[in-house]
Amino acid sequence: MAQVRNKREGLFWFLAIACFAIGLIGIYDRLVHGHVNANYGSYIPWGLWVAAYIYMIGLSAGAFVMSSLVYVFKVKAFKKIGKLSLLVALATLVGALVTIWMDLGHMGRAWRLMLKTNFMSVMGWMVWLYSAYFILLIIELWLAMRSDLVRCSQESGLRGKICSFLLFGNKDDSPERQAKSARLLTILGTIGIPLAIAFHGSVGAIFGVVGARPYWHSGLTPIIFLIGAFLSGGALLTFIAANWAPNKGTDEHRSMIVLLGKLLLAMLAFDTLLEYAEITVGLWQSVPEEADALKMVLFGDFWWVFWIVHVGLGIVVPALLLIFKGKSVRAVAVAGALIAVTFLAVRLNIVLPGLSVPEMEGLLHAYSTRGLTFDYFPSVSEWLVFIWSISLAGLIFLLGKTYLPILDDKGNESLS
Amino acid sequence: MVYHEDENGYVSPESDEMEETRTEVEQAATFDRAKFLKKLGSTVFASLLVPAVFKDQFSAKANDPADTAPEFPILPEPTEDEDILVRMMRDVQRAMKKPVDQRRWSMVIDLRKCVGCHSCTISCAAENKLPDGVIYRPVMEEEIGTYPHVSKRFIPRPCMQCDEPPCVDACPVNATWMRKDGIVEIDYKQCIGCRYCITACPYGSRVFDSGFSYMDGLPSKGEAYLSPEGAIVYEKAPAYEYGKKMPREDHQSPIGNVRKCHFCLHRIEKGLLPQCTVSCIGRATYFGDANDPESLVSELIGKPNIMVLKEEMGTKPKVYYLV
Ligand code: SF4
Ligand code: SF4
Repeated sequence: MAQVRNKREGLFWFLAIACFAIGLIGIYDRLVHGHVNANYGSYIPWGLWVAAYIYMIGLSAGAFVMSSLVYVFKVKAFKKIGKLSLLVALATLVGALVTIWMDLGHMGRAWRLMLKTNFMSVMGWMVWLYSAYFILLIIELWLAMRSDLVRCSQESGLRGKICSFLLFGNKDDSPERQAKSARLLTILGTIGIPLAIAFHGSVGAIFGVVGARPYWHSGLTPIIFLIGAFLSGGALLTFIAANWAPNKGTDEHRSMIVLLGKLLLAMLAFDTLLEYAEITVGLWQSVPEEADALKMVLFGDFWWVFWIVHVGLGIVVPALLLIFKGKSVRAVAVAGALIAVTFLAVRLNIVLPGLSVPEMEGLLHAYSTRGLTFDYFPSVSEWLVFIWSISLAGLIFLLGKTYLPILDDKGNESLS
Repeated sequence: MVYHEDENGYVSPESDEMEETRTEVEQAATFDRAKFLKKLGSTVFASLLVPAVFKDQFSAKANDPADTAPEFPILPEPTEDEDILVRMMRDVQRAMKKPVDQRRWSMVIDLRKCVGCHSCTISCAAENKLPDGVIYRPVMEEEIGTYPHVSKRFIPRPCMQCDEPPCVDACPVNATWMRKDGIVEIDYKQCIGCRYCITACPYGSRVFDSGFSYMDGLPSKGEAYLSPEGAIVYEKAPAYEYGKKMPREDHQSPIGNVRKCHFCLHRIEKGLLPQCTVSCIGRATYFGDANDPESLVSELIGKPNIMVLKEEMGTKPKVYYLV
């Protein structure tokens, strides 16, 4: 058993490092040649990177909400994976932010987002909200680890050194101190829930408020973003918990995964319902541009992204697994992985169709050159940067799990 | 005219109101150049030459002889049959004498006169040194009817300079705004290139400067008459949008920025018409100050067959179409 686990663990490390290394080519290309080798441009201004950004930021918000089940709502069943979910939220958040940073025309001016904010713009709000969320996430993770940091600082080796460094000299781990951490965590987690909802809702609102794009322009958009975030983040966490939860192999673990599976099924059903409403109402032709965009999703060149990747692998297969094999840890884990991975298709299908229908029909043929086209498929260097940032998130997760007391179990008792 | 160089190396007029703050001494000094230009006869022609004369000035120190160029091109006395371009230049110059917040730059495009030659698209690209992938004023073509009753309509589409511009509210860093004279400006040095404004514009007027060059992938010297090595001179030539000198260098603005039509603000402020208006062979594009009842555009905006694109968006464009 241990050997199998080591093998699988090794595979994840290998994948993450290999993708990271290959992806560096894309990063080099982006930093040296700018946007010349990217396929987004003037008419399709946002491409794979923006989709990857909302994808990962959704994973982060979803994982964070799972952690608040532990620290705010004190759901006993999930107390073992509180730290794990915070780490996942942090890793995916960093991946998301790096991706969107690469997407900026002038990376060196990113600070303007904070210091020259236009609060009339949803994007201005979003920046402040996720900065707050970032800080909160780090403090929460630290508090959740604190008790275990004290224990692991006794260890020799790199891990022990990191742990004792992170204690900043204070090795006090009295029950009073633990109670204080628990209290602070509850408070921060409580602030965190509306914050996570607000910031991911605002990511959705970035699209929802754009009147010029009927496909995006809907009050339902931010809600779909949120539910999608809970679903995809929850799915990723389910997969991770099935593989790495500290109590792996115990009955407690099995029942936790089964419960996560049930939650997942409920969220999947709700998300599908929302999506069904959005698609059917939109197809009714009252707003031709919206209907055109939807037809593009359902029957356009990339029909398979919707039908095969999203509906097939992202809804039907996981739903069947969860319904008929919901008691098997492995099946639930596979369902979680499928939902989490294929959710990128959902995010792509939000960003791109909204842009692919020309705002003015005549623009299609008015002037054709690079950038002034409504066809888009990510270029090689876009894929490489994408792979790089996903693997960056993966590496942060693997490193965190190895060198931080994320999987140490003792401290969990005192916190929840 | 006094120019000052800021820390970024831009040379720009001291203020939008530069023409108002000019002293009488300076005006007297402009006299010589004025006489010279008058001799050129055709004023329309002169108006095309003036930018060349003025461009030297951007690098000139105050009190240079170049400072003695006339404030605006000198126009002949109005006549019955004069070219409408001359009349519109007179409109522009009259508007420039007013405070900036009383101007309302507007454009009228007569779709019945447009022949679809795309001259405006190209002359705009030349004026603003637009690289590959960036175009400010494409001409959209529409086919109407079925055979044998078919016709074509050509719709030039500059930035509408909306009175309620959704692009401005979208910008997270206040890098774009509506000026007092109604033109929606982008500050290339502030824009972070997030491209949110592109998604917000209902007319597709905003474009992203990816850093392309028309010379990419061309055969090199020796194989071709016009090699990239030679032609790059054109592409590296600085643009003077918003009256700021912008050489084209890697990773420097305007590369990585969102760009759009600005009614050739740098020309208007010198008493010239936008390049698209001057180059329109059908005289289908009109330009002027809609706040001035005497101007040609005000006359046209009052016609019953005037319309704007996507009126339902509530953006209140300042580009009108005669249909
Ligand atoms: S046409 Fe587009 S870019 Fe121009 S002002 Fe209106 S919304 Fe902004
Ligand atoms: S691309 Fe530039 S002008 Fe447009 S919204 Fe972003 S920062 Fe503002």
